[in-house]
Amino acid sequence: MKVACTVNGAAREADGVWEGESLLYVLRERFGLYGSKNACEQGECGSCSVFLDGVLVCACLVLGGQANGRTIVTVEGLTDASGLHPVQQAFVEAGAVQCGFCTPGLVVATHDLLQRVRKPTEAQIREALAGNICRCTGYAKIIDAVNLAAGRT
Amino acid sequence: MRVGESVRRPDGAAKVRGRFEYSSDLHAPDMLWGATVRSPHPYARIKAIDISAARAMPGVHVVLTHKDVTGRNLYGLEIKDQPVLAHDFVRYWGEAVALVAADHPEQARRAAQALKVDYEVLKPITDAEAALAPDAAKLHPNGNITRQVKIRHGDQSARADIVVTGEYEIGMQDQAPLGPESGLAVPEQDGSVELHIATQWLHVDQEQLAAVLGLPPEKVRLTMAGIGGAFGAREDLSMQAHACLLALEAGRPVKMSYSRTESFVGHVHRHPGRLWYEHGADRDGRLVYVKARILLDGGAYASSSTAVIANASCFSCGPYRVPSATIDGIVAYTNNPPCGAMRGFGSVQNCYAHEAQMDKLAAELKMDPVELRMRNALQTGDKLITGQTIDGPVPVAELLKSIAAMPLPASGEGKGGDVDLTKLPGGVSNTTHGEGVKRGVGYAIGFKNIGYSEGFKDYSTAKVRLFTKDGKARVEVHTAAAEVGQGLVTVQAQIAGTELGVNDVVVLDADTNVGSAGSSSASRQTYITGGAVKTASEAVRDRVIAMARAELRAPSGLHIENDNVVTGTGKLVVPLATLLGDEVIEETREFHPRQTFPLDAETGQADAHMQYAFAAHRAVVDVDAELGLLKVVELATAQDVGKAINPQAVEGQIEGGSAQGLGLAVMEEIQLKDGVIRNASFTDYLLPTILDMPPVRMDVLELGDPNSPYGLKGVGEPPTISSGPAIAAAVRAATGRPITRVPIRPHDLTL
Repeated sequence: MKVACTVNGAAREADGVWEGESLLYVLRERFGLYGSKNACEQGECGSCSVFLDGVLVCACLVLGGQANGRTIVTVEGLTDASGLHPVQQAFVEAGAVQCGFCTPGLVVATHDLLQRVRKPTEAQIREALAGNICRCTGYAKIIDAVNLAAGRT
Repeated sequence: MRVGESVRRPDGAAKVRGRFEYSSDLHAPDMLWGATVRSPHPYARIKAIDISAARAMPGVHVVLTHKDVTGRNLYGLEIKDQPVLAHDFVRYWGEAVALVAADHPEQARRAAQALKVDYEVLKPITDAEAALAPDAAKLHPNGNITRQVKIRHGDQSARADIVVTGEYEIGMQDQAPLGPESGLAVPEQDGSVELHIATQWLHVDQEQLAAVLGLPPEKVRLTMAGIGGAFGAREDLSMQAHACLLALEAGRPVKMSYSRTESFVGHVHRHPGRLWYEHGADRDGRLVYVKARILLDGGAYASSSTAVIANASCFSCGPYRVPSATIDGIVAYTNNPPCGAMRGFGSVQNCYAHEAQMDKLAAELKMDPVELRMRNALQTGDKLITGQTIDGPVPVAELLKSIAAMPLPASGEGKGGDVDLTKLPGGVSNTTHGEGVKRGVGYAIGFKNIGYSEGFKDYSTAKVRLFTKDGKARVEVHTAAAEVGQGLVTVQAQIAGTELGVNDVVVLDADTNVGSAGSSSASRQTYITGGAVKTASEAVRDRVIAMARAELRAPSGLHIENDNVVTGTGKLVVPLATLLGDEVIEETREFHPRQTFPLDAETGQADAHMQYAFAAHRAVVDVDAELGLLKVVELATAQDVGKAINPQAVEGQIEGGSAQGLGLAVMEEIQLKDGVIRNASFTDYLLPTILDMPPVRMDVLELGDPNSPYGLKGVGEPPTISSGPAIAAAVRAATGRPITRVPIRPHDLTL
């Protein structure tokens, strides 16, 4: 089948999509946007978090076909090619990145949180990011990064 | 960019933007997707394999079985006992039997399902003790004991006034790196293959692959792809050989990328174990002897079991003075999933046991548990139970003192409307507002070796190149060392920058065009590869200084600072770029730490380890004993890192390592039934989330090891050793229950 959608502001189209393909697969393997990560493909780890019509979703839980006609923003679309978004900058500075496989999902989820709550409390940060698993950091530096970004945006 | 500074990761920007290329992101024009046919039985004889149905499926290009393995169909890190594709028997659930390559990953998966294997199902051995029974089926030609380690130290007939015994059980933990096993194999015209792969050790993969593929090593070239975590899971081959075999047969690039479920059978796990201990002490609380039997379940193949059981035995008594020890460590083959390396490597399992024993002893003596530990604390110059005299800083008492002195978190949430549920056992399930919640505090300390042991050759290679680029001095560092997330790429740049006084330092991608770096394991890379980068940088620096002196007749005592050659008093002699001109100065060096020796087979005595690292934890927990729920309120830790090369990265290692220890203590376990994994997904295998992991209070000591580069000690593993045992101790303190197995389950708290 054919899937046509807007990804990071550009019209994209894929042909020959198998009905069982997830949006994550379409983004990665058909559009070459590998920033959304394939860690569990079961909606448990948040590594593939993207915005679908402005709503934070796990791309692995959305069928490619369901994205037809809709607007998607991935981690690659948070900023233009040259710079870092304040959330991204904060993650680098705070040491919130180790292997980095969870990072794109956390960056997108943090972006979503700070859009809703400008200065989140620690409890709000923990609640908002509870769907994003990080195996490396123990989360302390991720909380630091969110606070750092919140202070700047 | 100097040693001791919290320098930012050079790969950080790419990672936060989603533009860092991990092994699962690789792709090539006209590539095929590989899939693996895996055994549905933990133990069976293969009677026949029929590939015809799979071969006829749409999109399928290649189907391979053991008959198509072009070299030796056996591999393994310590013992070559594992087939690349099973040929006579399958020995664990999920063992690889055949391979498929197709145009689309779903076509490959369906073809793998269509492949027919005729099995004669056999009764699996799923318990390590049962594997040792005289009448047990022999799973391997040499029997079911993978290795037995005996330590006989001091007076073997020692007796004591106070004796405590205990039996402990540790569940099987998964490393669960978020990046799946994946890679891209590209065949070349000349019959060679180029593999882009996420691995902890490129050269040992290359060596094993060459043998399996029947190719000379130079025809198997490996380039490191981005690694999404490792923690021991990428020490063994997973899909490496499979992708290469498929690509060479298809004559096209082949990508393989495991699903999470496949990942659970695609790599080894932390050994589950049973441990029996007897501690004898005098009435003042001084240890007289320790006797222990440690039985680890190694699963179907050896992997690094032989080294894990050595560690479990060597560190079985904890960092204490133990005049007499009688230790028997056994690791057995079973039909459970293979076990091997995971962060902590044998020291994690035994720490639960020796620390529970110390608490028992303290209770028996009516002594404070920290005081008892201090009284027995190992010190510099003491003899370990392996007979080795321990040198360098041994800050056992200091670490204990530090965690005991840290302020405790405020007591549990008050009752009433304003409760933050996320801080209570049960969280937002709203199971309690504080009623019925009991608080406990527990302590633990552990230690382990840094680097390889028992005579296993430990070294790393670094090539350092200094030249002028765009009118400025630039340094390139090239090693084969795996950046698994720990920050090695930053550390290498910091070391070269420090030794060469150059600001522009680039660390090249790791590959097999440079000598081996050894693995990113045993907390060794900053020490060993860091040492190699330091040595090679020093050699480059010596040449630069000699050049400056020869060409400019400059005085002695020159060094390089901020891209300039300067005198001892910091006066400019010449800008480095001017001195170099078109000259390229390149040096390659190996770094070898001091030698280690194998444990004696009968007594376990030897200078078996190169460096020892220590960490202590204090845990505070709240337990809802009515519902069997618990919440870790805080972890406090103290660790001697010798010298923090990158303080922010050190903190990250300590926080992350403590979290993995917490996971094993309270939630992480691969659950097996008759050899079958019942929870091979992130839905069912629980990992600590940001709601589970409490704040970590820490004290990082920099005591300086006189033997190591910059005085550093390996950092990565110690935090994973003692955090869980401290949590178990805190739960015991809160509930009064024995808590003899981890992970702690609700019914351990209630029934």
